[in-house]
Amino acid sequence: MVSYIIRRLFGLVPVFFGITIISFFVIHLAPGKPTDIQTSLNPKVSYEARLRLERLYGLDKPAYLQYLDWVKRFATLNFGSSYVDDRNVLDKIKERIPITLLINILSLILILCIGIPLGIISAVKRKSVLARLSTVFVFIGFSTPEFWLALLLMNLFGISLGLLPISGIKSLDFEYFTLTGKILDVARHLILPVAIAAFGSLAGISRYMRSSMIGTIRQDFIRTARAKGLSQSQVLYKHALKNAILPVITIMGLSIPGLIGGSVIFESIFAIPGMGRLFYDSVMARDYPTIMGILSIGAILTLLGNLLADIAYSYADPRMRMTGND
Amino acid sequence: MTRAFLKNRFALTGLVFIIAIIIFSLFAPFIAPYNPSHIDTKNILTSPSKDHLFGTDTLGRDIFSRIVYGSRISLSIGFIAVGIAVLIGVFLGSVAGYYGGKIDSILMRFVDIMLCFPTLFLILAVIAILEPSIFNIMVVIGATGWMGVARLIRAEILTLKERDYVAAAKVMGASDSWIILRHLIPNAIGPVLVSATLGIGGAILVESSLSFLGIGVQPPTPSWGNILMDGKSTLGVAWWLTIFPGIFILLTVLAYNLLGEGLRDILEPRLKDE
Repeated sequence: MVSYIIRRLFGLVPVFFGITIISFFVIHLAPGKPTDIQTSLNPKVSYEARLRLERLYGLDKPAYLQYLDWVKRFATLNFGSSYVDDRNVLDKIKERIPITLLINILSLILILCIGIPLGIISAVKRKSVLARLSTVFVFIGFSTPEFWLALLLMNLFGISLGLLPISGIKSLDFEYFTLTGKILDVARHLILPVAIAAFGSLAGISRYMRSSMIGTIRQDFIRTARAKGLSQSQVLYKHALKNAILPVITIMGLSIPGLIGGSVIFESIFAIPGMGRLFYDSVMARDYPTIMGILSIGAILTLLGNLLADIAYSYADPRMRMTGND
Repeated sequence: MTRAFLKNRFALTGLVFIIAIIIFSLFAPFIAPYNPSHIDTKNILTSPSKDHLFGTDTLGRDIFSRIVYGSRISLSIGFIAVGIAVLIGVFLGSVAGYYGGKIDSILMRFVDIMLCFPTLFLILAVIAILEPSIFNIMVVIGATGWMGVARLIRAEILTLKERDYVAAAKVMGASDSWIILRHLIPNAIGPVLVSATLGIGGAILVESSLSFLGIGVQPPTPSWGNILMDGKSTLGVAWWLTIFPGIFILLTVLAYNLLGEGLRDILEPRLKDE
């Protein structure tokens, strides 16, 4: 098992560098330079001053040399400093990442806790009202623009009913709360963002769970289990579920980039100071080091998530551990 | 095939709605009661009425007319973005599947890498750095959405290329490109059709998200996303600005999803689970 994980970890290294290469060249080959914002809009800046500024940031070198510089710095976990406020990029990301991770992990838990049972039920009792409702829900879930739903819910719960706060992660008088008060306050602020972040993937996961479960129930070993006289719940939860959940684990791993990407949207709507918001601001300011930093950290998170999914998969499926290739 | 299609309620509902929306966008000048950019300061933020079916916005523009014209932008972004994705995906997927070996493993590694990107981050970075034109949006959505197609077509071709008729074509001296284009791709295109149909809905959603973030289709050109975006600040007083474009996005994407799922049932009956 340990050697399997180590081998997989090494396999991730080229993928990681592939991601950073693509990110780097996509960002740097675009016309225009980040220094343009300071220089071309300002007629007082002389040509020499502009060159000096470009040299300061290393922008006068060819792109591949800039990438090599980036890799060298990355090797010491130095992402450089932001063009905007000259702060260390890693520090900037570090203070933004916990809230994004918290929301994403909570929404993953929500997806698992609702999506999987929903998928199982609609696979087992296909003609039931709940199954039909969940099919409708799945289609609507796939088709709803998340930000639109967020706006509507914000308006309903935040403004019309006044039940939930609509922006930020803590109240203005947060400092005066007791510890439980503080936790409750953050929780109240997170209800809507977590629900929105989960909404889209929830539909997908319950759909996959359903079709995977339907496929499994038809197989011979399930008929055998039934023939042995096992109860319905034993057949379903001991025999069928273990097999049916395998593809869903992989899909969960693959849905991580989508969740991270989605954070741009819900963090903008709910004014949450997380990584998505930071990315948006950095893109608007052409802050290359921060953009690269966030893309690399996003890549690392995604790869780790996929690795976790693989480990979970091989835990659930002993065949994977035996062959263990790839 | 046609009969199977007519029997499939999902596919039929989706298709009817899609045709309706396409007619909408083709005949926009005849359907829209007003010029979508016509500013009417006497009728600012009027609620839905006989004169203005869906009400007016902060500049007094007719929302219904803007949605009708916006359907042109939103639909063409969906079509062209997915067209680009399918071209890239079919090309790379068939090359990888047909030639196998090193080419295959390099291309599939590339697919793995692309799948690890938070796509929205990448799209956001590229479009903000270039400039948010309709053309750029189509290309970038297409260039980040081809991986699924590539995997599908590769998997199909891996099995198809072992068939006797491929060997026969080879013996008769057919070139690789002839075999791929005339024998393999036509037989492998079914699943791609399904994924492309679902992809159009996805692309429309991405465009609307980009507009929402302010880097989508730029005003005054109306797209469903930016009409919705305009309504964000007045949601509390003028719900019609936000509700109507949202419903159009939802129904259109839903229609493509229904059509896609229906096509899947028809083209791949073994996967059908009813």
